[in-house]
Amino acid sequence: MEILPKWADRILIPIIGVTISLVISAIIILLIGESPIEAINLMITGALGSTYGWGYTLYYTTNFIFTGLAVSVAFHARMFNIGGEGQAAIGGLGVAIICLSFGWSHWFPALLVATLSAALFGALWAAIPAYLQAKYGSHIVITTIMFNFIGAAILNYLLVNVMRPTGSMDPATAKFSTEIKLPSLHDILEVVGISFSKAGPANVSFLIALAACVLVWLFIWHTRWGYQIRAFGHSESAAVYAGILPFKIIMVSMLISGALAGMMAINNVMGEAERLIMNSTEGAGFIGIAVALMGRNHPLGVLLAALLFGFLYQGGAELAMWTTIPRELIVVIQALVILFTGALENMVRTPLEWLWIKSTRGKG
Amino acid sequence: MDFNTLIQVLDSTIRLAIPLLLCGLAGLFSERAGIFDIGLEGKMLAAAFFAAAMASVTGSVWLGLCFGVLASLTLSILHGLASITFRGNQLISGVAINFLAAGITVLIGQSWFKLGGRTPSLRGNARFQEISLPFSEQISGVPILGPIYSELLSGHTSLAYVAFLLVPISWYILFRTRFGLRLRAVGENPAAVDTAGISVVKLRYAAVIICGILCGLAGAYLSTGLAAGFVKDMSAGRGFIALAALIFAKWRPWHILSATLLFGLLEAISNRFQNIDIFGLILPVQFMQALPYVLTVIILAGFVGKATPPLAGGIPYIKD
Repeated sequence: MEILPKWADRILIPIIGVTISLVISAIIILLIGESPIEAINLMITGALGSTYGWGYTLYYTTNFIFTGLAVSVAFHARMFNIGGEGQAAIGGLGVAIICLSFGWSHWFPALLVATLSAALFGALWAAIPAYLQAKYGSHIVITTIMFNFIGAAILNYLLVNVMRPTGSMDPATAKFSTEIKLPSLHDILEVVGISFSKAGPANVSFLIALAACVLVWLFIWHTRWGYQIRAFGHSESAAVYAGILPFKIIMVSMLISGALAGMMAINNVMGEAERLIMNSTEGAGFIGIAVALMGRNHPLGVLLAALLFGFLYQGGAELAMWTTIPRELIVVIQALVILFTGALENMVRTPLEWLWIKSTRGKG
Repeated sequence: MDFNTLIQVLDSTIRLAIPLLLCGLAGLFSERAGIFDIGLEGKMLAAAFFAAAMASVTGSVWLGLCFGVLASLTLSILHGLASITFRGNQLISGVAINFLAAGITVLIGQSWFKLGGRTPSLRGNARFQEISLPFSEQISGVPILGPIYSELLSGHTSLAYVAFLLVPISWYILFRTRFGLRLRAVGENPAAVDTAGISVVKLRYAAVIICGILCGLAGAYLSTGLAAGFVKDMSAGRGFIALAALIFAKWRPWHILSATLLFGLLEAISNRFQNIDIFGLILPVQFMQALPYVLTVIILAGFVGKATPPLAGGIPYIKD
C-alpha cells in the first residue's frame, strides 16, 4: 500500500535516513572527544575545497557508481548481490590480463578491451551464484558471500604464485606500461581550458561511470528486458503468469550486475594502481550496497549517493590525517546509512505515513 | 606426519573450531526461528573487542565476558528491532551490523587505548586459563591414549568445554522442549503459531537474544581465550565460516559440531603446512582456505543432499 506520495518515498525517506546516520555519527565523534563541527569543516575543505580533493573524491565516486549500479540492477529483480566485492576483484584480474598480455601503444583501445574484459570477468563471477539460484534455488546472498571469499583466495593464489614478477616480494602483478596510462581529469579538463590538480587519481573512467548510469537507466526503464526485470522484482508470480521466465531474469540481472561491479576495475586497477594488487577493491563492493539503498536503485540516486560516499571517503582520509578520528568512522557511517535507509526504513516511514494521513485528513 | 604432529594439529583444530561452533549454534537458534543472520561476524567481533577491552581495564576475564556478551546482545536486539519489529530486510540488517561492528570497535579502541584499534595484551586473570582435566599428568606417559587425553582433550579453556556442552543442550532445547518446538514452528509457519495464540514476536526475540549471547561467548573466546587481546578485524571472516558450517550442517546441532570441527581442521592444516602434497598433486594453502566456502556452495546447490533452510526464514511476519 502506498500511502506517501512518490516524492516523499523516493527523496524524503532516504534524506531523513541519511540525516539520522550523520547525526548519530556526530554524536559518536563528540563521545570520542573531538568536535563534529571541526570534523565536518575538515572533511569539506579536504574533499571539496580544492581540485586536489575533488581528484580523490571523484575517484572514489567512480568506484561507488559502478558498485552501486551493480547492486541496484540486481535489486530490481529482487536479487541481493553481496558479491560485488568479489566481482570487482575478479574484474581486476580481467583488466590486468588485458593490460599485461598485449603490447598496447595507446590507452584508448586498451581501455576499450579492458572494460569489456573487466565486465566479462565480473559477470562470470556472478554467473555461478546466479545459475545456482535460478536452477536450484540456492540462496544468492549466501552464495555470493561465499564467492567473495573464494575469489579472494584465487586472487591471493594467482598474485603470490603465478602473476608476481620474478624477484618481486610484493604479491602484485608487474606495473602496466606507461603507454596505457589513462588520462586523468587534469588531462581531460585541460583540453577545455579548466585547470585541475594533477595529483588526484580521478580519471577518464569517471566519464564511463556516468555513461553507465545513463545506460542502466535506459535499460531498466526503456527496454523490454528492463521491464521484465522490474515486473519480476515486483511480483514473481504475476511475472511468471505474464510469461516471464524467472531463470532468464535472474541470469540477466545478475550477469549485468556482475559486469557493472567488474567494470569498477578500470578505475582502481587501470586508472589508479596501474597493476593488480591484493585487496584492490578496499571494500568498494560493499559500499555499493549503501549507495544502492540510499539512491533508491535509481541511477540518478546512485550517482548522488556515490558522490556523498566519495566525499565521505576522501573527507575521512583527511580526518584520519589531521585528527585522532580513524578512517573507520566512514565504515560506521556506511553501516548507519545501510541501517536507516535499508533495514530500519520502516522506522522512518511509519511516522511519516502517520503524519501524512493526519495532515491530508485535516484538509479533507 | 608423525603422531605428535597429528595431536598438535587436532589440538589446534579444537581451538579453532570453538568460535565457529559457538557462532554456528547462535545462528542455529536465530535461523530456526526464521530470522536470517548474516551478522554473526559483526556480533562476534563486537564481543571480542568489548571482552578484551573490559578484561584489560578491570583485570577480570569474567567481567570482560559479561561486557562482550552485552555488546553482542545489543547488536542482536538491533537486528531484532529491524527484522521483527520494523519488518525490515534481515539480510540488509545483517550487513549493516557487520560494518557497524567493524567500524565502531576500531573507533572506540583507538579512543580508549590509542593503540591503532588494538587493546593492550592481556595477562593473568584477564585471560581464560587452560584447565587440566583430572589425572591428565599421570596419564600423559601412557602411549597413544596419554597424549590424546592430556594434550588433545585436556588443557582447553572453560569456554571451550562449555561450547561442547552446548551442542547437546541446544539439541535438547530445540528438539525436546515445548519452547524448542515452538521456536522451530515459528521458523516454518509463523501463522500457525500465531493462530495457536502464541506470540511470534516474543519467540523470535527470544531466538535472537539466545543468538546474541552465543555470539558473545564466541567473541570473548576469540580475544580472551584463543588470543591475548583484541586486534582490528580479528574475527577475520569466522562468522561467515560459521554461517557456512550452519548451512553445511543443514541447520542441525550435532552436524554443526562435525562441520565446525571439519572447518577447524582445514584452518589448522592451512596454518601448519603451506602447501600440501597429495600423491604429487600440490594443494596450495589458499585452496584449504577456500574449501569451506566451496563445500558450502556445493551443499547449497544440492549436489550432495539438499540444504533446505527453514521455510519462513528471512520473511517478516505480518499479522493479518
